[in-house]
Amino acid sequence: MAKPNFNGPKAVIEIRDLVKIYHLGEVDVRALDGVDLTVNEGEFVAIMGPSGSGKSTLMNIIGCLDRPTSGTYVLDAKDVSRMSRDQRAIIRNAKIGFVFQSFNLLARTSALENVELPLLYADFDGSTRDRKQAARDALHRVGLEGREANHPSQLSGGQQQRVAIARALVTSPAIVLADEPTGNLDSRTSLEIMGIFQDLNDSGKTIVLITHEPDIARHAKRIVHVRDGKIQQDERIMQDRIARKGIEAPIAPVAR
Amino acid sequence: MRNSIVRLGNITVVGLKSIARNKMRSLLTALGIVIGVACVIVSVAIGAGVAQSVSEMINSLGSNFIMVMPGTSTQSGARMFTGNSTLTEEDAEAIKREAPAVGYVSPNTRTAAQVIAGELNWSTSIQGVGVEWPNIRSWNIDEGSFFTEGDVRSGAKVAVLGKTVADNLFPSGGAVGSIVRIKNVPFKVVGVLEKKGGSMMGSDQDDLIIAPYTTVMKRLSGQSKIGMIIVSAASAEQVQDAMDQMDALLRQRHRIPPGGDADFMMRSQEEMAQANAQQVGLMRNLLLGIAIVSLAVGGIGIMNIMLVSVTERTREIGIRMAIGARGRHVLLQFLFEAVTLSVLGGLLGVLFGVGVAKLIERVIKWPIVISPQAIIVAFVVAATIGIFFGFYPARKASKLDPIDALRYE
Repeated sequence: MAKPNFNGPKAVIEIRDLVKIYHLGEVDVRALDGVDLTVNEGEFVAIMGPSGSGKSTLMNIIGCLDRPTSGTYVLDAKDVSRMSRDQRAIIRNAKIGFVFQSFNLLARTSALENVELPLLYADFDGSTRDRKQAARDALHRVGLEGREANHPSQLSGGQQQRVAIARALVTSPAIVLADEPTGNLDSRTSLEIMGIFQDLNDSGKTIVLITHEPDIARHAKRIVHVRDGKIQQDERIMQDRIARKGIEAPIAPVAR
Repeated sequence: MRNSIVRLGNITVVGLKSIARNKMRSLLTALGIVIGVACVIVSVAIGAGVAQSVSEMINSLGSNFIMVMPGTSTQSGARMFTGNSTLTEEDAEAIKREAPAVGYVSPNTRTAAQVIAGELNWSTSIQGVGVEWPNIRSWNIDEGSFFTEGDVRSGAKVAVLGKTVADNLFPSGGAVGSIVRIKNVPFKVVGVLEKKGGSMMGSDQDDLIIAPYTTVMKRLSGQSKIGMIIVSAASAEQVQDAMDQMDALLRQRHRIPPGGDADFMMRSQEEMAQANAQQVGLMRNLLLGIAIVSLAVGGIGIMNIMLVSVTERTREIGIRMAIGARGRHVLLQFLFEAVTLSVLGGLLGVLFGVGVAKLIERVIKWPIVISPQAIIVAFVVAATIGIFFGFYPARKASKLDPIDALRYE
């Protein structure tokens, strides 16, 4: 069903015949039933589908949080489909930047320390000062300069999600994987966040967005519809929706 | 190599930050260890203090000191320790005469009574002794003089007061030459002993009255046998000789065949010190047992709170795993937290324990010896407990599935 892309320069995600079966007592549930998906470098893909469609399972596998029952998943030229827990942790750290619906920042921890966190687990050669600088740069990129010392409880929802995006960016991952990133935000803030994703994409970041809201998905350049564990439709958005245009008041500038 | 060190450093930083973020809970978690370690420090300090003061007391008995006490006696075939003395004045005199290794000899009989001087009274222990008593105990007279051989022979009603007794009965001085009444018998005070000082666990060495043993036996206790004989050997080298000579002499005088049960026993100062060392060892083992139990309870407390902490922070663990923490990172983080908590608890416990020990010394006036070894051992044990009891919760945390952990509310 999936339309392979031959026009992209380099595939970041290559998924072939992916199957995930959950054993629930006597019953086997085929959450994913032969998914093929290729995402090229620099793409902005939204994965859509109703609950129970298998999109969360797909996200978990793309995010290397879970392993497929069968099939292959090549991420940034590495076959990660049979990797061990620890190997996947290393891949998650180096290649994937997660953005979650509920932000998932560490409470009672400053924005800067939250952004630094992935570097603490990385093969990061630099000094503490370099690490702090990298975190500061990432916060700057999402327009949060001056908020480094704030704790999540002192930040608005939109600001918290920006911290989370900065955390996703700090390791310069191959893909940013955003799971319903606007699910907990009002529509104006949602547009701000989508604006940041679009800016990041414009500067070359590969972004995979999981959502069930068509309005949000329209901000991507390509929408993949998942249903019953299969890819049902793979459409390219011709008319880009620019998030910034939907906001009357100017938002904080986003540095590239 | 450098990288892994840097990373280990980072993980410890992560652990420290977690503790700093949860100060109150961290303190409560460490409380068990704080109390455990403090208990160890305090009890060891008291134990060592008691041991030291008892050994000081034994040393203050005088050098080369030997005590001859009543032993087991056989009555109708049953051997028992009755406390009934078979020792006599003549035994003491014979020892003085016939045991060349013996320096000084004094019978020693004791009773307790209320002493009255004017309108004041004082309850104390009355020691009936011979004239060589000050030489045996190396105890000098402060005022007046000791009683004489003639006083002993005639059973004169004369007394020498310990410093505490003199201070209590004659607050304004002038004890020597005054009359005190012991069980309604008037005694003339001829001297006051110098202060020995060093009250031991509530017993004051200076709280006593010394009188001729003849007078005490006749007028106060009504006993015909003397309670014990105290002796000092002529020199430190002759202590064993003196004991051998006295044993042979007393067996002969009491008609006890060689190998038979003697009706007396002897303790040298050295033997008493050894017995004391044994008791101290026993007490130390007991305290060690208490320490182990209290620290184990503290460790279980840490394990309990760490388990709660792991459950409470499931989501945090999920976040950390999602952004690249490996199992061992999470394991090390929680293990390091547990160890840091227990070591901090140990540190607080040492401070707290030393403080309480000092307080006991000042307020209750118990002797206290704070030993550096106890502090080091308590500290090392606290750290070990952190590793031991922190391991299970840390392992549990490291085995969490990131997907489930992220979904945990």
